[in-house]
Amino acid sequence: MSRIALVTGGTGGIGKAIVNTLVEDGMKVAFTYNSNTEESEEIEGRFGRDQTKAFKCDISNTDEIKKLVDDVSSAFGTVEVLVNNAGISKNRLVLRTSMEDWKRVMEVNLDGAFALTQAILPGMIKKRWGRIIFVSSVAGLMGNVGQASYASSKAALVGLAKTVAREVSSRSITCNVVAPGLINTTMTREIREEYMKRLMEIIPLKRLGTPEEVASLVSYLSGDTASYITGQVLVVDGGLSM
Amino acid sequence: MEEKVKEIIAEQLGLELEEIKLDSRFVEDLGADSLDLVDLVMKLEDEFEVSIDDEKASNLRTVKDALNFIEKLSRAV
Ligand SMILES: NC(=O)c1ccc[n+]([C@@H]2O[C@H](COP(=O)([O-])OP(=O)(O)OC[C@H]3O[C@@H](n4cnc5c(N)ncnc54)[C@H](OP(=O)(O)O)[C@@H]3O)[C@@H](O)[C@H]2O)c1
Repeated sequence: MSRIALVTGGTGGIGKAIVNTLVEDGMKVAFTYNSNTEESEEIEGRFGRDQTKAFKCDISNTDEIKKLVDDVSSAFGTVEVLVNNAGISKNRLVLRTSMEDWKRVMEVNLDGAFALTQAILPGMIKKRWGRIIFVSSVAGLMGNVGQASYASSKAALVGLAKTVAREVSSRSITCNVVAPGLINTTMTREIREEYMKRLMEIIPLKRLGTPEEVASLVSYLSGDTASYITGQVLVVDGGLSM
Repeated sequence: MEEKVKEIIAEQLGLELEEIKLDSRFVEDLGADSLDLVDLVMKLEDEFEVSIDDEKASNLRTVKDALNFIEKLSRAV
């Protein structure tokens, strides 16, 4: 029986790679998107709708989350692998960060991940099996100039993941955090060239990571063989944060 | 209502209906842990359309406690 996965933000650079990899692993993969209908249809088209299905959902809206969980469960069944990947950043120095931007980033990156995890957990508890993965960021572990809201939201996911890991461990549900460094997606394409040069100097592997390099770790953590790993933060960053 | 409550408890804890007695204690007799109890309370809330606050929920020790509590709540509406 193929496992059922739900990936948020499946239309983004990293999300798309995660969806691909989990489908290749033989899972049925539901994924969410927020605005990118074109990309979501492209992904559905590639694998067919009985293998992967797109659901439009603004993760910061609790009504939409409730509907998402109902729709996914009627389309595929109980979610066994949840990948909380959707995320945004609004980059400003602390001195220039508005309360509005701060709240929006928290709402999407943290509140959204919390609410969805809460809604998915009862099904996993009942099944006595589950894999929950939060996509955080090395910015949440190291801090990063211009990313107070983003880094705070990503650091908070670590506390959330470790708590969830403890609360549901008795049901063979594992919960881990994947923290990517600089990955080649639209999120990093905005980085100025001179700054990028400096970054290359401090990344031991001297290059950006690929979305697939993040996805392969997510794939491993969501499989049966990762059953003794829980509450961990696993970094995929070419050595940047060591 | 007693039958329905027992059914839900049996289903939730993965036990046979006959094992659920009115004086069965959730933790000691039925082997429930804290997650089971939270989950059970949520199921009972959905089924009987009542809302059980956490403090009251933690006082429910036996099947009879739960039944009495739900009867009282559903009569109130
Ligand atoms: N790229 C990096 O270098 C990097 C590094 C560390 C961590 N990360 C983390 O990795 C994750 C994926 O990043 P990415 O680079 O793939 O980002 P991305 O390409 O910008 O994609 C973001 C995804 O999140 C979705 N999304 C945005 N706002 C949403 C909302 N309110 N509700 C629901 N979904 C929403 C987007 O949907 P639409 O496209 O439909 O709008 C998109 O699918 C993020 O959590 C990010 O913080 C990325």
